[in-house]
Amino acid sequence: MAKTHKVSFKLNGKPVEAAVEARELLIYTLRERLGHTGPHIGCETTHCGACTVDLDGMSVKSCTVLTVQCEGADMTTIEGMEQGGTLHALQQAFHEEHGLQCGYCTPGMITRAYRLLKENPNPSEQDIRKGIAGNLCRCTGYQNIVKAVQSAAKKLAAAR
Amino acid sequence: MAETAELKEREQKLQGMGTSLLRKEDARFIRGQGTYIDDIKMPGMLFGAIVRSPYAHARIKGIDKAKALACPGVVAVLTAADLKPVKLDWMPTVGGDVQAVLAGEKVHFQYQEVAMVLATDRAAAYDGAALVEVDYEELPAIVDPKKALLKDAPVLREDIVDKKDLTHGPRTHPNHIFTWEAGNKAAADAAFKGAEVTVREEILNPRVHPCPLETCGCVASFNKATGYLTLYVTTQIPHLFRTVLAMLSGIPESKIRVVGGDIGGGFGNKVPIYPGYVVATVASIVTGVPVKWIESRIDNISTTGFARDYHCVGELAADRDGRIKGLRFTALADHGAFNSHVSATKLPAGLFSICTGSYAIPNTYCRVDAVFTNKAPGGVAYRCSLRVTEAIYLIERMMDVLAQKVGVDKAEIRRRNFVKAEQFPYTTGFGWTLDSGNYHAALDKVLKAVDYEGLRREQAAKRADPKSPTLMGIGISTFTEIVGAGPTKVCDILGVGLFDSCEIRVHPTGGVIARLGTMTQGQGHSTTYAQIIATELGLPASDIVVEEGDTDKAPYGAGTWGSRSTPVSGAATAVAARKIKDKAKKIAAHLLEVAEGDLEWEIDRFKVKGNPSQFKTMKELCLVSHTGNLPAGMEQGLNAVAYYDPPNLTFPFGAYLCVLDIDKFTGEAKVRRFYALDDCGTRINPMIIDGQIHGGLTEAFAVAMGQQIPFDENGNHLGNSLMDYFLPTAVETPAWETDHTVTPCPHHPLGAKGVAESPHVGGIPCFSNAVIDAFSHLGVTHMDMPHSAYRVWQKCNALGLNKR
Repeated sequence: MAKTHKVSFKLNGKPVEAAVEARELLIYTLRERLGHTGPHIGCETTHCGACTVDLDGMSVKSCTVLTVQCEGADMTTIEGMEQGGTLHALQQAFHEEHGLQCGYCTPGMITRAYRLLKENPNPSEQDIRKGIAGNLCRCTGYQNIVKAVQSAAKKLAAAR
Repeated sequence: MAETAELKEREQKLQGMGTSLLRKEDARFIRGQGTYIDDIKMPGMLFGAIVRSPYAHARIKGIDKAKALACPGVVAVLTAADLKPVKLDWMPTVGGDVQAVLAGEKVHFQYQEVAMVLATDRAAAYDGAALVEVDYEELPAIVDPKKALLKDAPVLREDIVDKKDLTHGPRTHPNHIFTWEAGNKAAADAAFKGAEVTVREEILNPRVHPCPLETCGCVASFNKATGYLTLYVTTQIPHLFRTVLAMLSGIPESKIRVVGGDIGGGFGNKVPIYPGYVVATVASIVTGVPVKWIESRIDNISTTGFARDYHCVGELAADRDGRIKGLRFTALADHGAFNSHVSATKLPAGLFSICTGSYAIPNTYCRVDAVFTNKAPGGVAYRCSLRVTEAIYLIERMMDVLAQKVGVDKAEIRRRNFVKAEQFPYTTGFGWTLDSGNYHAALDKVLKAVDYEGLRREQAAKRADPKSPTLMGIGISTFTEIVGAGPTKVCDILGVGLFDSCEIRVHPTGGVIARLGTMTQGQGHSTTYAQIIATELGLPASDIVVEEGDTDKAPYGAGTWGSRSTPVSGAATAVAARKIKDKAKKIAAHLLEVAEGDLEWEIDRFKVKGNPSQFKTMKELCLVSHTGNLPAGMEQGLNAVAYYDPPNLTFPFGAYLCVLDIDKFTGEAKVRRFYALDDCGTRINPMIIDGQIHGGLTEAFAVAMGQQIPFDENGNHLGNSLMDYFLPTAVETPAWETDHTVTPCPHHPLGAKGVAESPHVGGIPCFSNAVIDAFSHLGVTHMDMPHSAYRVWQKCNALGLNKR
């Protein structure tokens, strides 16, 4: 049996732990060991962003992180966006602006937009397009995704 | 006044046809709670990893499984030898050919499936796959389709070398698949002989790939005790898949269940039945436990159904005013190693003969010659409406070529040749009856919206200025689509007609469940079908549940591809709903003690004519229909099922205009404006239509401006991952402006035509025409796609435009 390492971190506010081989990617740990199938796999070359999570205050592609690198990390996935039965402004905005069709890029896209708005609460359209350039979508053509992020930015600003 | 306000309120409550109802399916997706194929976990499930050929053409001398079998976690290794006893090493294709499930004696394309390793987890399966040793003897490969029919070309398909016919007519060469033609060659030739003007252009539709964000995969689960097979799979065609699986496996169709769950994009990539699905199924039958197979992105681009690879020659004959007198379009079609793509028995080149487009063209002839090469099989995919992308690309390019030859404006030449509004329904030279349209109105609306005259003036000024750093291009595309396959007399797959279905059940308290034979992959069916039923039955869409994809529950249908859902199942939905409404009317008449003819329908109720205080709402009738208070002899319930065989295909159309500016020094094209007017007849949900337009245009942008699947001369892939295959990000993707006209379909119960493939069909030639138009004043008549910055720069460089 290959050697495994025990890794503990915080996932959507709750402590979790997993025993993984050194080579195991975070995306597989999340999806197959920890039951979080929100983040998706769309490629194996780091391009598509469907696997995007929020890791220690950064947008990170979980297909390019080894789980053993995550000891002690503070991690948020799409599953952690809804709080106490209330959707995050981004989730609501994606729905209202028709910013999704097949839904496959959506978890990564929303998770990325979450960090984007934390870094830049008042982004221009160009800022948004550049900001989500690491998240590919084949269905929407991005136009309504941009509108959704703009709408959420407005709502979050008003709430502050 | 109060009456109108009340009516409006009741109508709004329904959220029916024409409203931009927010989508019901969003609730799970925005929470990351979709159930896509790789989310499925079953007890005891094994994982299958495929061993693939590094060579495009080679003999297999031997396969050694020993090291793989010794790998921890590996349970079995399946090869063609293991599939042969159950006659599944080869499978029949829907194109009349056979396709290797696992390669036995030869491999025919790079990455072809050679073995499947089954293990207890994903990592072990891939570890095992790396240890399977295959001894290959390399053979010369054919990569260029033009070389496939040469006398001394290597024979690719030794397995069918004695087959003189693959159900599509006589084969002239071992690497020849079929020759298909339509129209009247003699008449066309005569027209060209006598023409004042002729134009000819060689036009390539490069090989590209739909590349949905989710790759293909399945979980096959065979129950040894009951003999029941369940296949969860990324499929756009659940019922057809089940029928084919029954034919292949010998398991009775009544004991097979195919389930299409949430699918992360299809675009035609998830129509074919791939070897991976078949091997996983056999593996489950053999081991008695569920088997999961999920392909990688590289597998997906390298082996699943590609699109296009049509090498065309377009010819138009015309008078000196640009009025077309004849058309000759031919295509050399590279189908890859097996003829596996969807094609109705009578239509091996799909709907290519729509290539007269939006124009009234006499004396037409077209021909497609299809050949085998050492590349992955396929051809029909990627929002193509069955070769319509190829056909419309050709005619829209040739309109510009002709315009340049005769010196007529590119919008004007289209006006001169359009089918006129009063000519509909119009039967083309190839026999398609265009149902309805108004092409002049659509084009005029677009030209006015963008100030076309002003754009041409600006372009002229820029052309006159030698210091202008950019070339300005204006691209027009006035396309007619052909979707909604289709009438069973013309359209079938393996003999099964392409009708579709809707089954509606109404509950006593007014809720509804509808199941259909189509299969959404993101198009919003849970919402749009509910809207149709809401308007037809006067029940709120919020209380209407829509289901697709489980063959145990849904009525038979041909799935979702080629924009067929609205034209076929949308019609079935209306027909089924109207059966229910007719029955409800009888119940209402019975309750109100009037004749049926005394009742009129108003939004959500039947009212007695002239006595409006006497009415029964549909909601009330739902409950009554479950009681004994019914007309004599009437059965309980408000349920209906309809199977719809469309009388014709439908013909959505549009007018698109693109303005772009090309940097002379880098070749980069910046899209300044893209105006897309679509006419899809009756519009069910404007928000969803716009979303489809945005998506289809973005895929068109990708195809026109950067996508290709290149090979070297040995058949090695040169760009089969997202490192190289161009998927636009939000940065490159232009902003889209949408507009519409409404010309209802006369033969559809709702007047709706379908829309989602239009932007792709119409968008590709629009971008291409814009790029080439930027160079047209310098005598350039055509440039092949993709119009990547490097390729456009090469043109700038060749013309000396980048010299300071």
